[in-house]
Amino acid sequence: MALTTQRVDVPVIVDESKCLEKCVACIEVCPLDVLVKNPDTGKAYMKYDECWFCLPCEKECPTGAITVQIPFLLR
Amino acid sequence: MNVQYLKTDFLVVGGGTAGTMAGIKAKQASPDSDVLILEKANIRRSGAIAMGMDGVNTAVIPGNSTPEQYVREITIANDGIVNQKAVYETGRLGFEVIQELESWGVKFQKDHEGNYDLKQVHRVGKYVLPMPEGKDLKKILARQVKRHKVNVTNRVMATRVMVQNGRVTGAVGLDVRNGDMVVIQAKAVVLCTGACGRLGLPASGYLYGTYENPTNAGDGYSMAYHAGAELTNIECFQINPLIKDYNGPACAYVASPFGAYTANAEGHRFINCDYWSGQMMLEVYKELHSGKGPVHLKMYHLDDDTINEIETILWDNERPSRGRFHAGRGESYSTHGVEMNISEIGLCSGHSASGVWVNERAETTVSGLYAAGDMASVPHNYMIGAFVYGRIAGENAMDYVRDLEHVEPDHEFLAAEQARIYAPLQRPDGVPHTQIEYKLRRLVNDYLQPPKSPNNLDIGLQKFVAYEDTLNLMGAQDPHELMRCMEVHFIRDCAEMAARASLFRKETRWGLYHYRLDYPEKNNEEWFCHVNLKKGKAGHMELFKRAVEPYIVDVDLVEEVYDVAVR
Ligand SMILES: Cc1cc2nc3c(=O)[nH]c(=O)nc-3n(C[C@H](O)[C@H](O)[C@H](O)COP(=O)(O)OP(=O)(O)OC[C@H]3O[C@@H](n4cnc5c(N)ncnc54)[C@H](O)[C@@H]3O)c2cc1C
Ligand code: SF4
Ligand code: SF4
Repeated sequence: MALTTQRVDVPVIVDESKCLEKCVACIEVCPLDVLVKNPDTGKAYMKYDECWFCLPCEKECPTGAITVQIPFLLR
Repeated sequence: MNVQYLKTDFLVVGGGTAGTMAGIKAKQASPDSDVLILEKANIRRSGAIAMGMDGVNTAVIPGNSTPEQYVREITIANDGIVNQKAVYETGRLGFEVIQELESWGVKFQKDHEGNYDLKQVHRVGKYVLPMPEGKDLKKILARQVKRHKVNVTNRVMATRVMVQNGRVTGAVGLDVRNGDMVVIQAKAVVLCTGACGRLGLPASGYLYGTYENPTNAGDGYSMAYHAGAELTNIECFQINPLIKDYNGPACAYVASPFGAYTANAEGHRFINCDYWSGQMMLEVYKELHSGKGPVHLKMYHLDDDTINEIETILWDNERPSRGRFHAGRGESYSTHGVEMNISEIGLCSGHSASGVWVNERAETTVSGLYAAGDMASVPHNYMIGAFVYGRIAGENAMDYVRDLEHVEPDHEFLAAEQARIYAPLQRPDGVPHTQIEYKLRRLVNDYLQPPKSPNNLDIGLQKFVAYEDTLNLMGAQDPHELMRCMEVHFIRDCAEMAARASLFRKETRWGLYHYRLDYPEKNNEEWFCHVNLKKGKAGHMELFKRAVEPYIVDVDLVEEVYDVAVR
């Protein structure tokens, strides 16, 4: 089967300059389990565009690195 | 692939509202027993109340209302099809639950004299208790789970319940991070996996832009079905009046006590009660089709202080992203009504009445299998009902397990389940779950969204049955995708149940929830009963009537028809 990689606008933005390498707070609380660490940089990012715009990730981030936008299709 | 084997006395599947309470109450009842909560996400922030709640919708507080009044209200709102004994328990035990939550640090609104500040939203009684500071509810529950020494395994999703010789013996799950298969032997199991929130496709087209927390994909409905349990009222869909596109509650429950109300485009009221019901949804449907739409929650006639107070509540709790949704559109409550729409369909007893059949002891029809919360059939049960039934399940299960031993799992069953779960990994280039799910849920909209026409239901049913084969095209590249693939299996099962139950009940009931175009009237003579379904001996879905249990509270359903239209 032919597969393609499509670009999508994801709701969660991580300010990498504020993201702490040892922290996993946002990753642990996300009910949809869509955030992961980039193994090369140690920074969190949204790997899967499956978001309920519920905000635990943003609220529990100790440095305010996360901004959740309303997903584009709903905005 | 690794297999992890776990053993517990009592397994709680889903650590949300009902599940955390079930775990805590089981430990309180039997401190020496082993209790395990299995959670797909992380209990600290999972499920419907991940970010708290705006209020208790069904609080029966002495001095304000009685369990009898509450039973009467829900019986009328649900067009008589209720097991009153089960509804009664929510009224009887709700107050104790609220007091216990309060002792753990959950805050409920009180008036100047320190009394609970109840609001009237229902047609008759006062049952809504605001919790403007409710945002840490889930964190508080998680702390109590730990304090009570309930074991928790996060990030494992249950896929099937194990039943041997007619008795529950545990469950199978998938570790959604490392891909392990997890086999849990248990003497009793309670399913608390919430609503089927990913059945219809939201109008936005975003798969996860649902009213319910999209983690709740109907897992428990499907697992209970495959375990042989009966489900009921599945044709009584959950359909909500929601903020258009955002798909969260507009929250008339919060705003109407301040003077807000649901209005048509001309600013006029067309319903006289904002409590969610199928009858109310039918009025919204009619208004939208009368040329007087769109409908909106109207607050712009209120003064600024009042609007600020409403915003503080609505933008801080429950769905705290709604403030930025409005801001992004340059809208404020003082200038704009909150445009509302009719949601896609779901299954949920918390709001409606569709669920796994339980009695007033939270027992399903399978020995040792309990259900609680949105997926269990106690109508209009909401958050307090989930707590109450979590508690009932936890306490009764500890009685049930007392003299039982664990049973060795059936290895044939495990091998079959292993093959089912991991099949998509064998096809890494198979069709992505996103596309398979999108199409399935689009078909749900096309053929099941009320009003229901028999031919559409029939076509839908055929498509959902044929979709079994489509599921075999699904491919996954990691454990996370595998979780989503399993969820699509759950959604398909729920779609088939929804189509079959809707075809079976040949009348109209519950307003829009089961509005049959070919049978537009209520027919109490033939259909004053539940429609139940279960997996038959040959593996096919069987549907049948189940009599309504004798009432314990008198209600004159001929006199008291639920009607909220403004005429
Ligand atoms: C947006 C919104 C607003 C609401 N507002 C109110 C209100 O103001 N007042 C009120 O009284 N009620 C309200 N309700 C209803 C109330 O929140 C629910 O009735 C109640 O919380 C349901 O509890 P539950 O335990 O059944 O489900 P949940 O609390 O959602 O818990 C289900 C849990 O199961 C887990 N899970 C799911 N599938 C699996 C699986 N396969 N394996 C393991 N775990 C799994 C989930 O991650 C979750 O933790 C609202 C609901 C929503 C969605
Ligand atoms: S908003 Fe919710 S679903 Fe989205 S990434 Fe954050 S925690 Fe996860
Ligand atoms: S919570 Fe904040 S600091 Fe921690 S990993 Fe996430 S983005 Fe980085």
